[in-house]
Amino acid sequence: MSTSPSMSPENVLEVKDLSKTFHVSAGAAGSQELRALDGINLHVRQGETLGLVGESGCGKSTLARTLMMLETPDTGTVRFEGQDPFALRGKELLTWRRRVQMVFQDPFASLNARMTAGQIITEPFATHKDLYRGTAAKNRRLNELLDLVGLRATDAAKSPQEFSGGQRQRIGIARALALDPDLIILDEPVSALDLSVQAQVLNLLNDLQQELGVSYIFISHDLSVVRHVTDRVAVMYLGRIIESGSTEQVFDAPLHPYTASLMSASPKLDPAKRPARRIVLQGELPSPLDPPSGCRFRTRCWKAQPICSAERPEKMTRNDSGQVSLGIPGVGPGAGAHVAECHFPVADPSEAGLIPAG
Amino acid sequence: MTQIQDQPVPGKTVKTSVAQRLGRPSMLSMLLRDKFATVAAVILGFVLLTAAFGPSLMGELATNQDLMFMNKAPFDPANGWAYFLGSDSLGRSMLARMVVATQTTLLVAVPAVLVALFLGSLWGVWAGYHRGRRENISMRLADIIMSFPSLLLAVVVLFVFSPSAANIVLILAITRIPIYMRTARAESAELQSRTFVDAARTFGTKPNSIIVRHVIPVVTPTLLTLATLEFCFVMLAESSLSFLGIGIQPPDVSWGLMVAQGRQYLQTAWWLSILPGLAIVITAVAANVLAAWMRIATDPAQRWRLTLDKQAKKDLTAVIKDAK
Amino acid sequence: MMTEMLEPTAQSDPPTDTVLEVTGLDVDIRTPQGTVRVVSQVSFAARRGQTLALLGESGCGKSMTAKAIAGLLDPVASVAGGTAVLDGQDLNQMNPKQRRAVAGPGLGIVFQDALTALNPVYTIGTQLGEAFRIHRGASKKQAKAEAIDLMRRVGIPEPETRVNSYPHQFSGGMRQRILIAMAVALSPQLLIADEPTTALDVTVQAQIMLLLRKLRTEQQMAVVLITHDLAVVAEEADEVCVMYAGNVVEQGSVDKVFSHPTHPYTKGLLESVPTDAQRGEGLSSIPGSPPELTKIPAGCVYQDRCPLASAICRQERPLLRDTADGQRAACHFAEKVSAAKTDNDDANNVKEEIR
Repeated sequence: MSTSPSMSPENVLEVKDLSKTFHVSAGAAGSQELRALDGINLHVRQGETLGLVGESGCGKSTLARTLMMLETPDTGTVRFEGQDPFALRGKELLTWRRRVQMVFQDPFASLNARMTAGQIITEPFATHKDLYRGTAAKNRRLNELLDLVGLRATDAAKSPQEFSGGQRQRIGIARALALDPDLIILDEPVSALDLSVQAQVLNLLNDLQQELGVSYIFISHDLSVVRHVTDRVAVMYLGRIIESGSTEQVFDAPLHPYTASLMSASPKLDPAKRPARRIVLQGELPSPLDPPSGCRFRTRCWKAQPICSAERPEKMTRNDSGQVSLGIPGVGPGAGAHVAECHFPVADPSEAGLIPAG
Repeated sequence: MTQIQDQPVPGKTVKTSVAQRLGRPSMLSMLLRDKFATVAAVILGFVLLTAAFGPSLMGELATNQDLMFMNKAPFDPANGWAYFLGSDSLGRSMLARMVVATQTTLLVAVPAVLVALFLGSLWGVWAGYHRGRRENISMRLADIIMSFPSLLLAVVVLFVFSPSAANIVLILAITRIPIYMRTARAESAELQSRTFVDAARTFGTKPNSIIVRHVIPVVTPTLLTLATLEFCFVMLAESSLSFLGIGIQPPDVSWGLMVAQGRQYLQTAWWLSILPGLAIVITAVAANVLAAWMRIATDPAQRWRLTLDKQAKKDLTAVIKDAK
Repeated sequence: MMTEMLEPTAQSDPPTDTVLEVTGLDVDIRTPQGTVRVVSQVSFAARRGQTLALLGESGCGKSMTAKAIAGLLDPVASVAGGTAVLDGQDLNQMNPKQRRAVAGPGLGIVFQDALTALNPVYTIGTQLGEAFRIHRGASKKQAKAEAIDLMRRVGIPEPETRVNSYPHQFSGGMRQRILIAMAVALSPQLLIADEPTTALDVTVQAQIMLLLRKLRTEQQMAVVLITHDLAVVAEEADEVCVMYAGNVVEQGSVDKVFSHPTHPYTKGLLESVPTDAQRGEGLSSIPGSPPELTKIPAGCVYQDRCPLASAICRQERPLLRDTADGQRAACHFAEKVSAAKTDNDDANNVKEEIR
């Protein structure tokens, strides 16, 4: 490969300034604008897992749907290995579809109850007819997929309601794998599952990644799961990514007060890991129909100052010596660095009470 | 024969045979378990057989007039089997008339229902799946058809053109299309936002394929149930047209026409309209019961209910509550 | 100040008097396949000012247990045996009239789904005030005043104006607060909270848990918290009953049960929580899935998924027995489980020290 030493490993997906506005009808007053995505930047490297964290209504599902081309963005670009999928038509688009697939949250709603597991998993082949020619080839691939996700070959004839939640999610994963994609978007893949089953599915996803080298975008609100499965994390709040960086950086030394409060608020099983003080945010997510000016988090932030309502914060980064700064002047923080959009970033984890008391 | 069956049929997947081995209940055994559905199926079978072979068996009997023998009450064995259901104002055998009318009625009602079902459903499913302008225009069109008095439309059309059976079928079908369209649109609009439809979109499946694979199988049972209700309505609508003199024309006879003609004798000879009316109701109810059964039998998530025994069925309603 | 900083632990004072004592509770459901026992021989005690957690996965019978105590079972389900003594009275022996008298002053219940638990056509004030009108014969005006006071206590801003709002005008977190307000309106001795935060976001969950904790201390209630979230139990509860397939498989103080589980299921659950284990490392998971309630095996309910299962587990259902001080488990091999865990614990402690 012709990569210069300074270049990062190949990006499978690059998203630049992606925005999406929905028009919500508000009765006689006409329609209101709902900015679901507001200037999203992110990238996913080959074989890595990017976590997308945020509370309901933060736009993470809209982002997933936009990346899957289920929604069309207003502005911004999506580059999948240099290609813009929204510019593709016909056959090229179909080829692109093979490379990005999705696993949905609800293992009950995402499978058509009138089809058998085998029909569901091989459904993509009906559209991509040239991929596996003939029944024998299709059945061979079906058995391969069933084996890959830990289901038996005889399961193909059963209908979804004969399976448990975890097994259904395995069917959903097998369907996403059917076209041999490079990137799978996992939208809350385990949040509907029981804890003991959740671990099985997480292990399966991990094994598949190691076996197939596939990249994941892992969307979840469960921080302990995200911490376990992701390489890098992006935290979303009201349609913006307010902090991103490697999982360790973001979890152990969050820069943004919102991230710090998320980390702090999530209950910990191990008493030794509980924060010394717990940040309990007041209020709830403001309506995305009427987001706060300046920094979007200021209405709930304990560090908010007058400047937060006036100016949208720049990206701040933390350098190796632990100092928080704006990064290289004029260029900003480098790609992949730990950055947060905040006027007054959390300088030290102990400031937010994140260091365990013991 | 057996030899052919033993060989795997090319093109057919292995899956079907696996499913059979797993012992999915056959349609017939499920039908026999549901007493109401069985009775309904027998009634409908009888009606269909009557329509097919009845008129030729009755021969001249349906048209033979006997003015001396008019308005005889039914169920009087003294009158002989031909007049078991009584006679009409011209002394014709009610039984023979009803049998002949069965054929005419079904020949009008069934095609009218089927045409409206087919066109209305496809249109509604298409409009509901695509949403947006296509949906809006379609629904406004439907509203226009609905708000226009269908009887008036029928009168105009049938007056201009001849009141032939084909025209009656056509006019009844057109005026009933919006009924199916609305239901199909509503269900389809809901379905197109389901996750499994989204999943199909992410493979790049074309809208028409998604409609065929995911939408139509789900909406069909609902629409079939609706169609059986409509069957009843169409029979009555046809009788209204007959009443106005633009429906089925004598000497042809339909159940609706018999109801209409018997109305003036309601006080003196009730059987003239009640008996054909009963025929309409019984046929419609039977069709409805069978449709309700079919709705469950074709839904894999509900099919198990039909495999239950008596005791289990007793608890069923309570269990449904519990499942919530 | 927009934010409260406080101690994240909830463990309260040493045990005081028992408010609710459940003994040998059985619940049956009639299904097409016959009668199914969904709750079997459940016993526990909830103490004043403490939180008892019923922990388990979906279908384990934890909600059914709570519904049986609250007298809210569906018609197909019925209590088949056992007692639930609240303040000296057996709830299972009560007639509907007595039950209604107890509901409110005796026990309050908070449901998971706040939107469906509130009537959309009445204002919040009407629904909150109802309890006072029924139980205390308060006038409309008094009831409204009480409602406003309640709303203030559960942290709803501007209660005087919002008292006239309808449920849909509140956010999810606020609705949950209203439900809690309804449940604690008459200062019940026992509060049952059925997955009160499952539908909520992390930051709102923290608010609600904080509120429950505050109310518990203020009113000296016994709280029965039903949840599937181990971390919530670890932080909020004093005692825990781990349920599996309708049976309590382990119970005791949260500290003890979570640090030294003596039932393989508890142990398996604790180990399936993704903690700070390194990225890419396999999680230990419990193989298989819980049995259907119609197909619960004879012998130990957990045998099909248990690494320790042997012949005796298939023949004989283990009874709850003391496995450590203040800790009981239903396992033939409880000693083996706790022994194995100790090794792991040491390893963990070493890891901690290295950090």
